[in-house]
Amino acid sequence: MSGYILRRCLAVIPVMLLVAVFVFLLLRLTPGDPAAIIAGDMATPAQLERIREAMGLNDPIPVQFATWIGQLMQGDLGVSLISNTPVSIMVAERIGPTISIAVLTILMSVVISVPMGVLAAWKHRSGVDYAVMTFSVLGFSVPVFVIGYLFILIFSLRLGWFPVQGFQPISAGLRPFLSSAFLPALTLSTIYVALIARMTRANMLDVLGEDYIRTARAKGAPERRVLFRHALRNAAVPILTVIGTGFALLIGGVVVTETVFNIPGLGRLTVDAILARDYPVIQAMILLTSFLYVLVNLLIDLSYSLFDPRIRY
Amino acid sequence: MFNRLTAGLLASTMLAGTAFAETTITAVMHSGLRVLDPIITTAHITRNHAYMIYDVLVAQDSQFQPQPQMADWTTSDDGLTWTFTLREGLVFHDGAPVTAADAVASLKRWAQRDAGGQVIMDRTESLEATDDRTITWTLTEPFVPMLDVLSKQSAIPPFIMPARVAETPADEAITEYIGSGPFRFLEAEFQPGLKVVYEKFDDYVPRDEPADWMAGGKVVNVDRVEWVNMPDVQTAVNALSSGEIDYIEAMQVDLIPLLEGDPNVVVEKREPTGMQTMVRMNFLHPPFDNQQVRQAALKAITQEPVLAAMVGNPEYYQICGAVLGCGTPLESTGGSETLTEGGGQDAARALLEEAGYDGTPVVIMAPTDLVALVTQPVVVSQALREVGFNVDMQPMDWQTLVTRRASQAAPADGGWNIFITNWMVPEISNPISNPMLNGRGNDAWFGWPTDETIEALKEEFIDAADPEAQAEVAARIQDHALDNVLLVPLGQYTLPQARRTTITDMIDSPVPVFWGINKTE
Repeated sequence: MSGYILRRCLAVIPVMLLVAVFVFLLLRLTPGDPAAIIAGDMATPAQLERIREAMGLNDPIPVQFATWIGQLMQGDLGVSLISNTPVSIMVAERIGPTISIAVLTILMSVVISVPMGVLAAWKHRSGVDYAVMTFSVLGFSVPVFVIGYLFILIFSLRLGWFPVQGFQPISAGLRPFLSSAFLPALTLSTIYVALIARMTRANMLDVLGEDYIRTARAKGAPERRVLFRHALRNAAVPILTVIGTGFALLIGGVVVTETVFNIPGLGRLTVDAILARDYPVIQAMILLTSFLYVLVNLLIDLSYSLFDPRIRY
Repeated sequence: MFNRLTAGLLASTMLAGTAFAETTITAVMHSGLRVLDPIITTAHITRNHAYMIYDVLVAQDSQFQPQPQMADWTTSDDGLTWTFTLREGLVFHDGAPVTAADAVASLKRWAQRDAGGQVIMDRTESLEATDDRTITWTLTEPFVPMLDVLSKQSAIPPFIMPARVAETPADEAITEYIGSGPFRFLEAEFQPGLKVVYEKFDDYVPRDEPADWMAGGKVVNVDRVEWVNMPDVQTAVNALSSGEIDYIEAMQVDLIPLLEGDPNVVVEKREPTGMQTMVRMNFLHPPFDNQQVRQAALKAITQEPVLAAMVGNPEYYQICGAVLGCGTPLESTGGSETLTEGGGQDAARALLEEAGYDGTPVVIMAPTDLVALVTQPVVVSQALREVGFNVDMQPMDWQTLVTRRASQAAPADGGWNIFITNWMVPEISNPISNPMLNGRGNDAWFGWPTDETIEALKEEFIDAADPEAQAEVAARIQDHALDNVLLVPLGQYTLPQARRTTITDMIDSPVPVFWGINKTE
């Protein structure tokens, strides 16, 4: 087990190196000019050229790459070309809201969707099953910004239960945090509830047809035990995979929700950086997201053995 | 003992009450603040930030007239020596007094970046601090629009910084943000692109005159101003409705109905002059290296459909053929009849035929990610096609456009023929600083026209002795600019602003300013 973990951890290094080279080259090959963002629309071509020179953007690409890698080796993510702020500070400011909302979203999704999926599989082809499936199709199909605006209209503007926008960290108190994070998390969880419920239902249906389930029932095991101990545990591996990748996706890919609820998260940081061609920020964000994906995948793989004793590393 | 405890509790309650009474205005501005150096950039959000924390020697009022702000001035009879005297009581946010040496260093850095500043510097013999409060600017020849250039409120105003900050090379961004303006910048609370916080600067001494645009007394009545960036205006509108924010600087016209009928919100036009939208052509490559073809393109375009597609509601746009903007002292509309009234298509076809246009494709760069620039290329493309141009409209993001417009390559090799952009009217209202009216070839703005006539006309403008003479030259500049098609004005528009009714006494100004404002609970 520990040998496996070590091997997987070591494998992270070439993966990150490849990502770094790929991202760096891709960005330099994309048209765009951070100097133009800094100088504004009125700058003449000659003024732009002088700013580009001062920013080091005219250095040969191998020199720029070596400088960046050298900084990375020392744990320095660089400085934003646009705002002159260290990238590590920008990421640190934004990671809190993103992680908090991702955790809350996954928690809400799992708590709602797994029982829904189990119920739908148990009451296969009943009204409950059709209701769960209908919700899943809706949750999947309705764009997340529409759901977000609907929730704001109902729960914030009409009922006044939650603020329209903004984010309060947990350090400001549990109540302000939940008040600001509940609606964004609920909005995001509609997709994940739909996805995980469908996944749970499909896997439960497979497992519920197995011989050992019939045996458990024949032994007189109560239905709840059959469903949650025998069936769900065996159906858990694919469900865990979906939850894990869903979490990783929530870290970098929720720009729309962050925009609708005005949450200062990593998604908006990345998109703003891309639009301004703020290379150090984009590079840091892609490296961070890649690292998170690798980490989450490792944790998912390790967790399989907790649910399925046949899996050994 | 008990009494003392009670008194202590009472005192702390009162203190808490005092802290609670702090007045904060939460504003959603047109974009997030990222660049903090107002001299290196012409971005409007940075200029707006600079007006919060810096002050200027001379400021423009609502009649476009220069007024004393940090300094009064005198000029010698021969017009060669300008003497500016700093008023008393000016202090930087770090407590140091503002001296003439600070002003001189700031003016020298500004003049390296600003087109108007460069023109003054071309005529400067010396610029020096003759004592702690006196700046003496000696010219080699008289420069009548001196104060107009020093007081202009856009791109780029000469903001005064401490000398140690102003000594930063003009092409590198400053890293210390100390001004002597009415608000202090709270660096610890700054989150680039997200939030910027200002605090009232208690040691600021406002002038006695009433505030008028950027001039007059900058009396601050609130404790804090927070600019929060919300990229989705719909979110900002929701937040204004629920009372979470106080003010939206710019919103799309089609969102107005959402706020109509809300008794707590006022939607209004506050910007008196608005923005100009316009076409720029590339003078280096066919077909627009030919004046007749450029004239054909101008005649093919009518402003009304462009503005209707862009803004929709006629209350928020104005048909205007003035190169220097409508509502400005130098407004003139010569040569723009077909733009404003239509009916130029037949003349356009005739000009194309006369010029022998051979169907060379016209590459129009069309940005897809900036709402204010999405519709114009589509309407302009159609107008050009209708008179016989072969148009190749290429969608791209704004960053790709700004990279590509710097390319002097042929359109087929990654260059371009046309792009469209928008300006604030005050920043293009003067021929000296209007980038479209630079005819110095490779040193000109993108499009690179070589136009000796426009350069000569600008010299005449500089030498014009009085406003009447300036207006006469400006009219000739208008005629020539449209005859040579240095630009095609597409009209003016204003974006509505919205505020809670608790916000009162806002000053109408092209730059949203936060002095003078009161907030009631």
